[in-house]
Amino acid sequence: MMSIASVSSVAATLIILGIIFILIININSLTDSVKVQFDSVQVYLQDDLDRNVIEDIGNDIVNIVGVKEIIFESRGKALENMKESWDENGYLLDGLEENPLPDSYIVVLRGLVYSEHVVSELMLIEGVEEVKYYQDVIDKLLNVTQFIRTLGLVIIVILIAVSTFIINNTIKLAVNSRRREINIMKYVGATNWFIRWPFLLEGTLLGLIGALIASGVIYAAYKYTYNLFTSQFYVIIAAHIVSVGSIMEDLMFIFCVLGAGIGSLGSINALRRHLNV
Amino acid sequence: MIQLVGISKKYPNGVKALTNINIHVKKGEFVFLVGPSGAGKSTFIKLLLKEESTSGGKLLINGENITKMHRRKIPYLRRKMGVVFQDFRLLDNKTVYENVAFAMQILEVSQKEIRRQVPIILSMVGLSKRANNYPNQLSGGEQQRVSIARAMINNPPILIADEPTGNLDPDTSWEIMKLLRQINRRGTTIVMATHDKEIVDIMQKRVIALEAGRVARDELKGGYGYED
Repeated sequence: MMSIASVSSVAATLIILGIIFILIININSLTDSVKVQFDSVQVYLQDDLDRNVIEDIGNDIVNIVGVKEIIFESRGKALENMKESWDENGYLLDGLEENPLPDSYIVVLRGLVYSEHVVSELMLIEGVEEVKYYQDVIDKLLNVTQFIRTLGLVIIVILIAVSTFIINNTIKLAVNSRRREINIMKYVGATNWFIRWPFLLEGTLLGLIGALIASGVIYAAYKYTYNLFTSQFYVIIAAHIVSVGSIMEDLMFIFCVLGAGIGSLGSINALRRHLNV
Repeated sequence: MIQLVGISKKYPNGVKALTNINIHVKKGEFVFLVGPSGAGKSTFIKLLLKEESTSGGKLLINGENITKMHRRKIPYLRRKMGVVFQDFRLLDNKTVYENVAFAMQILEVSQKEIRRQVPIILSMVGLSKRANNYPNQLSGGEQQRVSIARAMINNPPILIADEPTGNLDPDTSWEIMKLLRQINRRGTTIVMATHDKEIVDIMQKRVIALEAGRVARDELKGGYGYED
């Protein structure tokens, strides 16, 4: 009875660990692919600059290492673009007395690696009001990952403690029912390890069984979800999902190590008091 | 063999169980430990088995100072001593043979050696025919003989008996005493705590009487000395 409780608590702990692990891996993979799509930076200019000043700024930008090309977007063009993107609500912008948008350059980078450098150079150019940098989006994604990771870690630590406690109790019961035997063993001169190892083995085995169950459940559930995404309408998302096979090996390894760890820790703890005869 | 020099034992709760005990038990001796309940007999035995550690003084067993022995070495100390208890402490789910073999398995003796030694010791205690019986199928005297067989199977130089006849009728007690005497004659040092006046008086062995944690009397060929 207690063995079932132990195995299922270890399995539950590891399943939740697995879900968090898979989530983080997928968000990371998604973040990586999203990053590639943001290889341009928008530079807003101060109002009321002379045409030749604007051109000078353009030349300065082109000379920065890592800049591939620049496109000038006048405030008038920006407003038109906005109207276009607002579609049928675009008439709302007709009511504006004055165009509130600034002139801007769209700076296309040679690669994402240049972004930090280019942005810092852009800030130094006189006449530049603001650099809009799509790093925000990436940062937000990274924040989500960080949040899941921290929350996951807290949950996992609590669950590991709970599982260790349950295994600890299971082994305590086993030890209790064999107290007489242990007592006799001590008097005959059995070493602590001689007494300990069968219980240690039992605890470790319970942890490992839990790990195997968790591996099975995660494998089946993830495979099902993955197939659902790939075979049906979410093909675009599915392209960023990490395949089942590529993580299962790592996950099983982590599960077995943790399962055995929880099991052995729980049983060693349970025996400590009884061995001091 | 067993040497206590100025031994005292004070429990954490403040009870002074033993005070300044000086005893020297020589190899091959048979010693009765007598005294009223609470005089310190149990503590004395616990100190020998290193179940409790001493609060002061020096305790030597087989020439080795065990006063400040590392915990990891305690099992090896206990292998030099067989122990017999009043309540036998046999495992009910094991046969007589298995109960005795158990003590050898713990010391990781080979299966072959176990199969050779167990029948010898069972015949010595007169239980050859009972090898496959379970403890609850045996009389009290028989159970105590199993526990003696278990205590002696690894040939310890010392046998410690804590009221071994406490649960037995007088006739059976004598059978056990004869067995212990026989073991003693083969060279095993025996320390036996007892309340059995008749046995102590008739055996005429060394008697150490404890009273309120002190040695009240230590006589070779002594008597029990108390009227129960």
